[in-house]
Amino acid sequence: MTTQHSLSPRTVALLVALAIADALISLWVGRQAYLWMPPQASAEAVLVDDLFGFLTTIGSFIFIGVTTALLVAVLFQRADKYDTSDGPAIEGNLLVEILWTTIPLGLVIWIAAYSYQIYDKMAILGPMEHMNHVPSLGLMPPAEAATLPAVPEKTPIEVHARQWAWEFYYPDQNITSTELHLPVNERARLVLTSEDVLHGFYIPAFRIKQDVIPGSSIDFGFTPIREGRYRLRDSDYSGTYFAANQGTVVIESAEAYQQWLADAAAQPLTVAENRAFREFSRAEERPISMGWKTVAPAPPPRVNYASAEDSSYE
Amino acid sequence: MSNASIEAIAAKSGQPFPGAPNNWQRFFTFSTDHKVIGIQYIVTAFVFFLIGGLLAMVMRGELITPEADLVDRTVYNALFTMHGTIMLFMWTFPVLNGLSNYLVPLMIGARDMAFPRLNAAAFWLVPVFGTLLMASFFVPGGPSQSGWWAYPPVSLQNPTGNLINGQVLWLLAVALSGVSSIMGAVNFVTTIFRMRAPGMGWFRMPAFCWTVLSAQMIQLFGLPSLTAGAVMLLLDLTAGTSFFDPARGGDPVLYQHFFWFYSHPAVYVIILPIFGTFSEVFPVYARKPLFGYRFVVVSSVIITVLSAMVWVHHMFASGTPSWMRMLFMFSTMLISVPTGVKVFAWVATVWGGKLRLDTPMLFALGGLVCFLFAGITGVMLGAVPFDIHVNNTYFVVGHFHYVIYGAAVMGVYAAIYHWFPKMTGHMYYEGLGKLHFALTFIGVNLNFFPMHPLGLMGMPRRVASYDPEFAYWNVIASLGGFLLGVSTLPFILNMISSWILGKRAAANPWNAIGLEWLIPSPPPVENFEEIPIVVSGPYGYGSYEPLVANNPAGELNSEHR
Repeated sequence: MTTQHSLSPRTVALLVALAIADALISLWVGRQAYLWMPPQASAEAVLVDDLFGFLTTIGSFIFIGVTTALLVAVLFQRADKYDTSDGPAIEGNLLVEILWTTIPLGLVIWIAAYSYQIYDKMAILGPMEHMNHVPSLGLMPPAEAATLPAVPEKTPIEVHARQWAWEFYYPDQNITSTELHLPVNERARLVLTSEDVLHGFYIPAFRIKQDVIPGSSIDFGFTPIREGRYRLRDSDYSGTYFAANQGTVVIESAEAYQQWLADAAAQPLTVAENRAFREFSRAEERPISMGWKTVAPAPPPRVNYASAEDSSYE
Repeated sequence: MSNASIEAIAAKSGQPFPGAPNNWQRFFTFSTDHKVIGIQYIVTAFVFFLIGGLLAMVMRGELITPEADLVDRTVYNALFTMHGTIMLFMWTFPVLNGLSNYLVPLMIGARDMAFPRLNAAAFWLVPVFGTLLMASFFVPGGPSQSGWWAYPPVSLQNPTGNLINGQVLWLLAVALSGVSSIMGAVNFVTTIFRMRAPGMGWFRMPAFCWTVLSAQMIQLFGLPSLTAGAVMLLLDLTAGTSFFDPARGGDPVLYQHFFWFYSHPAVYVIILPIFGTFSEVFPVYARKPLFGYRFVVVSSVIITVLSAMVWVHHMFASGTPSWMRMLFMFSTMLISVPTGVKVFAWVATVWGGKLRLDTPMLFALGGLVCFLFAGITGVMLGAVPFDIHVNNTYFVVGHFHYVIYGAAVMGVYAAIYHWFPKMTGHMYYEGLGKLHFALTFIGVNLNFFPMHPLGLMGMPRRVASYDPEFAYWNVIASLGGFLLGVSTLPFILNMISSWILGKRAAANPWNAIGLEWLIPSPPPVENFEEIPIVVSGPYGYGSYEPLVANNPAGELNSEHR
């Protein structure tokens, strides 16, 4: 242990100036972080992006600080060509070591507490949670919330995942669809089930994801806040046509949603377009197989409302 | 510990084959010399690294366009499964076992590992399960296509209906790999506990040995879980049991616990010896003692303990109850504290030194920068709400490739260059080394950085095709992938030509402190003529104190500090 050298005021001023510069750059990077994400189409997305911005700010501060120190050392602290002597025999500094253990510890507690807070606000319903427990998001001003019509507790929409298709069933209207339509600004309630293997229900624009586990039904909820067409992706590897197992989510006004429900209910069942099945059938027709034997895809779902393949989305 | 016990062990075990050959043929025998086994591990692993890398380059070729057009989807799925499996079980673990095998006895002043025959047996299992794994390319139905996690029920779907299929071979290989690693772990832990030279107390042991000890303890408590999980899955697949098959009452999530209870700590099995390498390399090329040695080595052990309590962070989206999400979020983030201690200590070691930017130092510095980046994205991933968005996306793929390639592979390169003169008795070519570093560092960032924005945008991992919005970053990543393939060429050229033609290396070409540098390059079969008596700490740069009280090289070599 070497004796503690006192720092000159000039060094302290320089360090403080560098730290401020680092902080300013990091704050700027943290603001950019919002631009790296898909559109914020759900109440959850707003919260997650705030958390990501916060994490990016802290991460940038540390990354810039450490790499700058290394860069300065590499550029200015090189040994002369014929200098074979050693550097100063500094073996450590207890105060510094305690500081760089306790400050990160405090930082970690802060990050964990903030993440917990965000998680609490999101309150994505896990399977262990009571189904009717829908915490308020605390995002909507009470006055505005009061003007919304009191929606009676609806039966959740059933999401059926299989190799390789998504199918949605609206029990109240007895409608099936390969496109998930939801009204804007209203908490969506879903029940996720899988008929074969693990799938993942993932809508990047909503920042939400839940594995769908065969043999259990999982209650799931989120609140879309922006009208538009979004991509639903299978996020848990589900076999050969995993990458093709995508769907479209349409968020629309309450009126448009009701209209869609009415229109869909009037439609007869038709066979939906299904990419996995189409590719598989085509491959079967080829005289020479280019790949290995695969699990055959389930036949395309027969639904009231069939989504157009590769429809535009955000 | 007493001196007598060490001498007794060394004398009793000794070399089972006295007068073992000292020529190239010995690398193809059941040699019990830890140095031979070390090099056997490293070279075998590197061959598999090239195979795994070729598979990755085909994948990057597929991903350079959004459509699934280069290879069939089944082929792509087999490629990423085998890429991951080969890179972990056939490259990273064996190469690190090789380095540890070579270095630990030399660093602690022992003549060999505690159980030389067990050591050789553990190594020779590697080509056995390696062959088994590669053979799966030639069975009907092809290799496993269920990802390196082999999550049921996908891994239990057997489209060919054959008893011998890619998944069965995969499980056998992984189970054997587990057995081999457990054999290695028993050996390392015993060696480090029992065979340190007189005078080498715990706090005189080089940081590398501390990290090997910490890593191998993880193998001991973690591997049984993975191996058991693999055997249960094998029984489900072949013998009709139903541990994990939900259609027959099994629980697929249970398998995930078995798998991650080992496979997350496995990341620390990989990264800890890399931390050890950094702790060895920075002092030598900065000419300064390792800053805060005690904090650094104790933090390795803390990482070992914490690593047993973080596995559920891989399952935040798996239907995990909230209390578990929060608990494992906190334990995961906590690991960044001992890790941060190390990072800051390395920066402080480098700071104010007299830097020499030889190839090992360049790789160590590059590896440290990549690790720092990976560590920061790792803490982000620990935050549950953010993880739910990027879980199973390319953000995770980018994160762990910064760990595995950016930090671990660069660290392995640093170690190979640093100890190459010791292992072979020849110097490598510095120019080729620097070229290798430049290509690797640029390649890593070009290949793996774009994966982060892709993940944030919502591109899932393991996809053979993707929406056109992701094309831009994928093209850059693919170019980086091909560059990484090219980057291995100067390395291979350098290693082969220097080993044959390189300038003769002195016992201590880097002017480094450490028992391994007191004996000739390459070391004689029994390493030390005289067991060293250690009288000071491992990083006495700048204090010019002797490390040992005797001359461990005996008459062989009088050149020592």
